[in-house]
Amino acid sequence: MSLLVSPLKLRELGILGMNNRNIGFIGRYNQRKNYGLADNKLKTKSAAIARGIPVPELIGTVDYQFQIRSLSELLQDREAFVIKPSQGSGGKGILVIVGRDGDKFIKSSGVLIDEREVRRHSSNILAGLHSLGGRNDSAMIEALIDFDPILKDYSYEGVPDIRVIVFRGVPVMAMMRCATHSSDGKANLHQGAVGVGIDIGTGKSICAVQHNRIVSQHPDTHINFDTLTIPHWQQLLELASGCAGMAGLDYLGVDIVLDRLRGPMLLELNARPGLAIQVANQAGLEHRLLIAAKIATDSSLADGSSFAEGSSFAEGSALADGSSFAEGSSFAEGSALADGSSFADGSDNASQKIALARRYFTTQAT
Amino acid sequence: MINSRIQIGLISGLLIALGVGLTLYKAVNLNLPLLPGEYREVWTVESKTSFTPTDGPVNVALRLPTSLAGWTILDEHFVSSGFGFSIIEEPATVSTARWTRQSLGHPTTLYYKMQVYRARADRQLPPLEPGVPVKPLLEADQQAAMDRVVQRIQQQSSDRESFTLLLLQQLLRESQDQDILFLLNSYNDDSLAMILHSLASAGIPAHELRGIELEDGRRRQTLSSLIEVHSGEKWIIANPTTARLGLPDNFFIWQRGDGAILNLSGGRNSSLEFALVSNSLPAKAVLGMEQRAEEFALLDFSIYTLPVEQQGIFKGLLLIPVAALVVVIMRLLVGVKTSGTFMPILIALAFIQTTLLVGLIIFLGLIGSGLWIRSYLSRLNLLLVARVATVIIVVILLMAALAVASYKLGLDQILTVTFFPTVIVAWTIERMSILWEEEGGHEVLIQGSGSLLVAVLAYLAMSNNLVEHLTFNFPELSLSLLGVILLLGKYTGYRLSELYRFRDLANKE
Repeated sequence: MSLLVSPLKLRELGILGMNNRNIGFIGRYNQRKNYGLADNKLKTKSAAIARGIPVPELIGTVDYQFQIRSLSELLQDREAFVIKPSQGSGGKGILVIVGRDGDKFIKSSGVLIDEREVRRHSSNILAGLHSLGGRNDSAMIEALIDFDPILKDYSYEGVPDIRVIVFRGVPVMAMMRCATHSSDGKANLHQGAVGVGIDIGTGKSICAVQHNRIVSQHPDTHINFDTLTIPHWQQLLELASGCAGMAGLDYLGVDIVLDRLRGPMLLELNARPGLAIQVANQAGLEHRLLIAAKIATDSSLADGSSFAEGSSFAEGSALADGSSFAEGSSFAEGSALADGSSFADGSDNASQKIALARRYFTTQAT
Repeated sequence: MINSRIQIGLISGLLIALGVGLTLYKAVNLNLPLLPGEYREVWTVESKTSFTPTDGPVNVALRLPTSLAGWTILDEHFVSSGFGFSIIEEPATVSTARWTRQSLGHPTTLYYKMQVYRARADRQLPPLEPGVPVKPLLEADQQAAMDRVVQRIQQQSSDRESFTLLLLQQLLRESQDQDILFLLNSYNDDSLAMILHSLASAGIPAHELRGIELEDGRRRQTLSSLIEVHSGEKWIIANPTTARLGLPDNFFIWQRGDGAILNLSGGRNSSLEFALVSNSLPAKAVLGMEQRAEEFALLDFSIYTLPVEQQGIFKGLLLIPVAALVVVIMRLLVGVKTSGTFMPILIALAFIQTTLLVGLIIFLGLIGSGLWIRSYLSRLNLLLVARVATVIIVVILLMAALAVASYKLGLDQILTVTFFPTVIVAWTIERMSILWEEEGGHEVLIQGSGSLLVAVLAYLAMSNNLVEHLTFNFPELSLSLLGVILLLGKYTGYRLSELYRFRDLANKE
């Protein structure tokens, strides 16, 4: 097999490239003034609570260096917790403590660290080391999620999360991110986590990738990804779709964890979701985003008259030149934000969008 | 409202056309050459006078060269830390640099640096009245041997020129006759003195011609000597080491005639060495150095109208858009990961001062040792700002240590370490270190080599003669670059790296 693919082939598959993502989607659809909510996990959390969207419990926040000294009091009756920068990017600066051993804390990888290390980490967070643009930041301490045991073997030393790309309120593509030993318990693909593409229609796995290469089983637990089916799938998609209105962002990555008791919970929002999800899904985003835009603007799609078969989209003549999308066809000019604000109410509109998404964005028979 | 894509297209087209148009106007109407044209070899000669002082006042006198035989001195520079310094102009067009000091406790090196180039192809030396040769005073047995040698060569030669050549050939021959061997021995193998004495004994006016054989990259070149002999009508030059006539191309004459070049009182173990570097510069630029003012004052649009110092600054500044274009191309079209968006430009600017290889070595050395020290700091649990400040100071100390050590070792090139931007290097170390802790050495290697690759490419672009010529003489081309960068800012196609990244998607069947 060749080392490079031809750009024509990528275009035909509808693969979204980094430049097109930045100009055609993030720059075009996401208003900068709305980034604040997605970039700040504390704001995300309070907005989610206000809307009744479930989130992991917040133990406390550290805003100033002097508060670090009283960190131990804040944590004294907590066995397991997560410290993260509230404005971190790309999973940076997340410290996961799964338990205690005497004075020491146990990281998810099993490594013991002392309190000094925890303080140093918090101090770095406050100084803005892990944050976008190096701004001063605050550290937030969350309860460790008690994740659904069904997913237990799919992730090693860390919580798996599910990233859903939502475009104008329509869930477009999804991927479960499974921590591995080499990713140090973090569900970050850059750091070696496994991404498993999840079919929007069925919630079943499509394909798994690590370091952008296809794998069939988890490198540490050796479980086969073929059998994976995400529970509470409809509920999860509804949550993801609801976040779009809350964030006011048309092109959005929603990270969701599955709690054993409470089901899907919102972990964080991402205004600049990565592109690796395409490899895990073995499908391009660009065609799907086009269809999603139609779903979002044109309710007449419900009767299925304009789209014949789900599979035909990829070959559809109108979509063949993906570049025309960025040029701005009629649907793109629509009042995206006005639409978006109505999703979270769980109106018919939202459930219709999800139903259509499940119908069109599937490669598996239901 | 016009679509932003069309706007960008219009603005870019306008800018590109404006830049190219102005350039063409200047090239056609003002006759500014588009190509740098003919190159001149400009030599930088640095003389190093080293000595060990004795008690009492120190007085160092170095005779300075004058422009001779087509060579022209462009620029002179003296380093005289702690010494009183003066240049004494003597009427006979010979000037001497004098360093003085009341007392000195340690061995010292004094520097004199100049830039020379061959302005004219002719090698004429100014006329000089031949003196009457003074016969040397020799011991009786020396005298007898000398007489025999001179007599024998005179018999074999027809004139002074052939006499000189035969004498030099005799000395270079493998099997020399007894008389010459004896003479050389009595002169302590100083063949030059013996040649001059032999010529004097034969009644031929002759003197030494001292200078430097120019060889690029030599760091410890010493003075060498030619012999100038008067043939009766004119002076001819002979090389005692090759027994050839004529002035070699690469010989820069320091002093014509006898007398010491270096006079030292209050010191011993003196030595005079030269470091040589050759650069190719466009003839125009060389010319500009000499007569910039009248040559280019006519050009209203040109940077040449600014004072020389500002010209130098702009020469550097105008190269930055080229480097920015390289960064934009490498990141948007190729998709190279770099640590810090424009950090590679700053590194490339430093490379221009240090030259590429030395720059790479210094940069890797600084980052490497910085990372090593930083790994210790990370255990100290410092606040971020304090830690970066610490790294800045560590970097400065590293630079100082590197400079001092290299200076002591005689590796003067490493002294250019000061051109590296300290704060940027410190931040790079800090970022790399965090990257290492968070994502592992692999990612550090990717971003580090990405940054270096972009820096090297930007350096190559900026140090290109044509690019330098164009940006300096046609600054309006920056407008065209701006237009190109604006266009690239709207590029939505795939990056080269994505063709690799998504290869599995296209290959699945």
